[in-house]
Amino acid sequence: MSRKLASLFVVPLIAFGASLAHAQEAPDALVKRLAEETLAEIRADKDIQAGNPAKVKQLIEVKLVPHFDTTRMTALAMGRNWRAASPDQQKELTEQFKTLLIRTYSNALTNYRDNQMTYAPLRTNPVDTEVVVRTSVSKPGQAPIPLDYSMEKTPNGWKCYDVVVAGVSLVTNYRDEFNDIVKSSGVDGLIKTLVNKNQTPPSK
Amino acid sequence: MNKIAPYSKARAALLAALAAAALAGCAVGPTKEDPWEPFNRSMFSVHQAVDGAVLKPVAQGYVAIIPEPIRNAVSNVFGNINDFFAGVNFVLQGNGDRAGDAFGRVLLNTSFGLGGIFDLASMMGITKYPNDFGITFGKWGFPQGPYLFVPAFGPTTVRDGTGWLVRLYTGPVGFIPDIPVRNSLYGLGYVDLRAAALPTESVVDTAAIDKYRFIRNAYLRARQYQVYDGHPPSEEDEDSAAPPSAPTPATPAAPPAAQPPPAK
Repeated sequence: MSRKLASLFVVPLIAFGASLAHAQEAPDALVKRLAEETLAEIRADKDIQAGNPAKVKQLIEVKLVPHFDTTRMTALAMGRNWRAASPDQQKELTEQFKTLLIRTYSNALTNYRDNQMTYAPLRTNPVDTEVVVRTSVSKPGQAPIPLDYSMEKTPNGWKCYDVVVAGVSLVTNYRDEFNDIVKSSGVDGLIKTLVNKNQTPPSK
Repeated sequence: MNKIAPYSKARAALLAALAAAALAGCAVGPTKEDPWEPFNRSMFSVHQAVDGAVLKPVAQGYVAIIPEPIRNAVSNVFGNINDFFAGVNFVLQGNGDRAGDAFGRVLLNTSFGLGGIFDLASMMGITKYPNDFGITFGKWGFPQGPYLFVPAFGPTTVRDGTGWLVRLYTGPVGFIPDIPVRNSLYGLGYVDLRAAALPTESVVDTAAIDKYRFIRNAYLRARQYQVYDGHPPSEEDEDSAAPPSAPTPATPAAPPAAQPPPAK
């Protein structure tokens, strides 16, 4: 009883001390914390269980998006055409691509919320500025689906710039398609395509 | 763009494409990976029509009507058979550890799991790893060959499709003499697979702008990832505007079988 009580005070102190010692949360710890917290919230939320996609989106927006480098993600998806876009176009592209990724991610989270996550130990050096955090999603009786997060070190902590599901990058999987759209109808054509895509009702 | 060639011409083109793909060793660009795109796209529309009208509704009905424990039992029984073939392929790839796990799973699930109805092995922490003849051929150095979209079957390549045919002809269901039973099992197996694909499909629908291309790119990358055990060679990044991509963390030496085949 008293031990429990003591731990109530000691644990936050240790956590605080740790956060001072390493101003940055390690990338694998960050991925694990975010994944577990998000899944716990989704599993606990009655609205989400009842199929309210707006709430999942909001959760992702508030909780996950700050930990993603959406500009770099968009640049990666655009490839060489990124430099051809004006700063305004880049901003708009990032906004639209972010929306598309949020929609995709919220659909995936809703569909796979009952699955278990496992986290592979991260082998890394303290000097690394880019790492890949490997996790997997599994359901009893089914083969685990590998889920890799490419992370970069920034002054504001580690940020994710690519999510790779079973070897498929959610970012670069678009590259040749974006290339073709830019080739045929320019950067504005791509923006328009993304806007249209984001306006179609989400599939159930 | 391409006019429909007469049969013999089409066949010649097909053979030429096959030969080219075989010589190239490994395909690079999307067009090189999918030389039959116009044909594949028409097959994809056929698939969309048939799937939307019949296959998907049947799978959805199956999920809606049959209780989950029974569906899981069905998946587990087929999964148990697949574990056996995964084991065979791990042997063919010289991966003793994973082969042991796969055969261990089969023994456990077949006996104590009542013919595979219960996946006890997973509950005991013996992970299920997928494997198939297509991956084995890839590890042996066979090029993937042109991409193919087969209606009612889905994305594949010449290599993976060949692997699938090998699997079909060695599979136990084909040996069942009673034709109605055999066909019912094929049907059930199909519905089980199609039902399992429903959540993924929902994600793909949300993500994809051009669904055909999204599925093709995703399929080819996913297969490459499997052939290279999760460490595929990075694509040439001449396209990338972003800072150089992350160095792969402490990648163990690629398995010798996964090296690209020598030219010619």
